[in-house]
Amino acid sequence: MRNTPNFDKSFTEGRALKSIILSTITVSCAILACIPLFSVLFMLIVRGGKRLSFELFYALPPTAFDTGGGFGNAIVGTLFMVGIAALIAVPFGIMAAIYLAEFGENSKLAEIARFCAKTMTGIPSILAGVLAYAAVVMVTGTYSAIAGGIALSILMIPTVMLTAEESIKMVPSIMREAAVGMGCTKTQVMWKVILPVAMPGMITGVMLAIARASGETAPLLFTALFSDYWIFQGGAGDIMEPTASLAVLIYNFSGMPFENQIELAWAASLVLVTMVFIINILSRMLFQKKK
Amino acid sequence: MSSSLSNQQQQNNDQIAVPPTPRDILLDRIFRSLTTSFAWLTLLLIVYIVWEIGGTALPAIKEIGFGFLTGTTWNPNQGEFGILPQIWGTFYSSLLALFLGGFFGVAIAVFLTQDFLPHKIQIVLKSIIELLAAIPSVVYGLWGIFVLIPLIRPVANWLHATLGWVPFFSTSLSGPGMFPAALVLSIMILPTVAAISQDALSAIPSKIKEAAYGMGTTRWEAILKVLLPTASRGIFGGLVLGFGRALGETMALAMLVGNSNQLSLSLFSPADTLAALLALNFPEASEYETQVLMFAAVVLLFITLAVNIVGEIIISYSERSGGKK
Repeated sequence: MRNTPNFDKSFTEGRALKSIILSTITVSCAILACIPLFSVLFMLIVRGGKRLSFELFYALPPTAFDTGGGFGNAIVGTLFMVGIAALIAVPFGIMAAIYLAEFGENSKLAEIARFCAKTMTGIPSILAGVLAYAAVVMVTGTYSAIAGGIALSILMIPTVMLTAEESIKMVPSIMREAAVGMGCTKTQVMWKVILPVAMPGMITGVMLAIARASGETAPLLFTALFSDYWIFQGGAGDIMEPTASLAVLIYNFSGMPFENQIELAWAASLVLVTMVFIINILSRMLFQKKK
Repeated sequence: MSSSLSNQQQQNNDQIAVPPTPRDILLDRIFRSLTTSFAWLTLLLIVYIVWEIGGTALPAIKEIGFGFLTGTTWNPNQGEFGILPQIWGTFYSSLLALFLGGFFGVAIAVFLTQDFLPHKIQIVLKSIIELLAAIPSVVYGLWGIFVLIPLIRPVANWLHATLGWVPFFSTSLSGPGMFPAALVLSIMILPTVAAISQDALSAIPSKIKEAAYGMGTTRWEAILKVLLPTASRGIFGGLVLGFGRALGETMALAMLVGNSNQLSLSLFSPADTLAALLALNFPEASEYETQVLMFAAVVLLFITLAVNIVGEIIISYSERSGGKK
C-alpha cells in the first residue's frame, strides 16, 4: 500500500478538497467579473434600444421640458474632435516609434522616450483636460473643438507610439538585411520594407487609441464644453466655439431630473458603446489576420 | 504581408543593387533627424505638462502653501481652500477598488493561464475581460447611477441598521457614495490587473510548473506555492499600475461618489476625490479658483506620476530578472 501512490481524488483528503474549493472560488470570480459587462450591455440594449430611432441622428438635443430630440450634433462633434486628435497623435506617435524601434534602438534617448510614453499612459485623462485648458482655453479665451482635440491627442500619443513600436519590432530582421544589402538607405528600408509590413499592427494601435479617445469625457468637460447646436452652424469660424460630444452629453443628461433626457443619455451610451466596440473588434480582427 | 514582400523582391530583382545617390543620403539624414526630434518631443511633452500645469498653479501655490494639503474646507466665496478630504477620498476609493479589483484580477489571471479551460473558451473569456476595459467610464457612471446604486442600497442600509456601530457602516446609503464608486472603480481596473498578471504568469518557464507537479503537488499547491510567488513581482507591478489608474479615474467617480467635502471612514457616506473635484469645479471657476484647481491638479499629477513610475520600474525589473530564475 505504501509503495503505490494513490491517484484517486477523494473529497475527504484535505489537499484535494482544498484544490476543489479554490477552483470553485476562481470559477465564480471569473463568472462574477463577466456580470458587469453583460449587465451594462443588457441595460444599454433595453433602455437605450427603446429610444433608438432615426431622429436621434439628425435632431438637436432637447431643452428641459421638450419631448423628442436627438444628439446628431454630439455625434458629429465627437467624430470631429477625435479626428483632430488623430491628426496630431498619429504622425507624432509613429515618427517617435520609428526612432524607438529602428534608428535609435538601444540608445539612451530611446529608453528615456519609451519610459516617458509608458508614464504618459498612466496620466489621468482629466489632467489632459487641465493641460489643454491652461495651454489653449486660457490663451484663446474660449472653449473650442481645437482644445478638446488637443486634450484627446495627449491621451492617444502614447498608445499609438507604443503599439507602433511593437509592430515595427516584429518585422523579421532578414527583410531589413536584404534591403540594406541591396543598397537602400535606412530611410528607404523604413518606407519601402518595414512600414508596409508593420502597417496592420500600427493600424490596430491607432484604432484602439481612437476607440479609447471617443469614449473619453473628462478631457472634454472644460475644453470643448458642450453646445446645443451643430458645429459649423455659423461658418468655419465655429471651430473656436464650444462643441458637443456624445460623452459629455451622457454626463450632462444623466444628472437631469427629466425622463426624456435620461432616456437620451441611455440611447447615446448605446450609440457610443456600439461605435467603440465596432472599432475594437475590427482592430482585433486585423491584428489576428496579420498573425 | 506576403504581397508587399513579393513586390519588394520583384523590385530588387529588376534593378540590381545600386549605391544610394547623394539625394537619398540627404533624405535619409533629414528623415532620421526628424524621428529623433519626435523622440525628444515625447520627453519634452512630459516636461511641458508638468511645467504648464505647475506654472499656472504657481500664484495659488505661493499664496496658500502647504496648508492646502491639510485644509478641510472648500469655500470659494470665502477664499478658503483645502483638499485633505479629496486626497483621503482619492486614496480610500482607490484602495478599496484595488482590494476588490486586485483579488478578482489575479484570480482571473490564474484561471486564464493555468489550463482550467479549453483554449477556445479561454480566448473568448479573455476578450470579454478586455472589452470591460473598452466601455467608456461615463457609461459605467450611468450604469452605476441607475442600476448599481438601487441594487446595493437595500443591502447597504440593512448593514447600517444591523452593524451600524462598525465605522465602515456608520451611515446609510442615500444615493451616491463611496462604496458604489469603489465598486465601479474596481470593475474598471480589473482588466489592467488581469492583463499584466496574465503576462507575468505565462512568462514563467513551463519547466518550473512541471517540476512542481513532479514533486507531487496538486494544481493549487503548484499555483499558490510556486507559480504565484514566481510571478509575484509582475503581479505586484500590475497592482500598482491598476492603483494608478484608479487614482486618476474621473467620470465614474464624479457621477457616483457624491461630491461631498467630508472625511469619513464609512463606506456608504458620500465623499469626494481630486479628479472629481476638478471635473465639477473647473467649468464655473473664477480666475483665482482656477489657479487653486491647478494646484489640486499638480497634487494629482505628482501622486499618479509617482505611482505609475514605481509600477513601471517594478514591471521592467521583473521582466529583466524573469529569465534568470
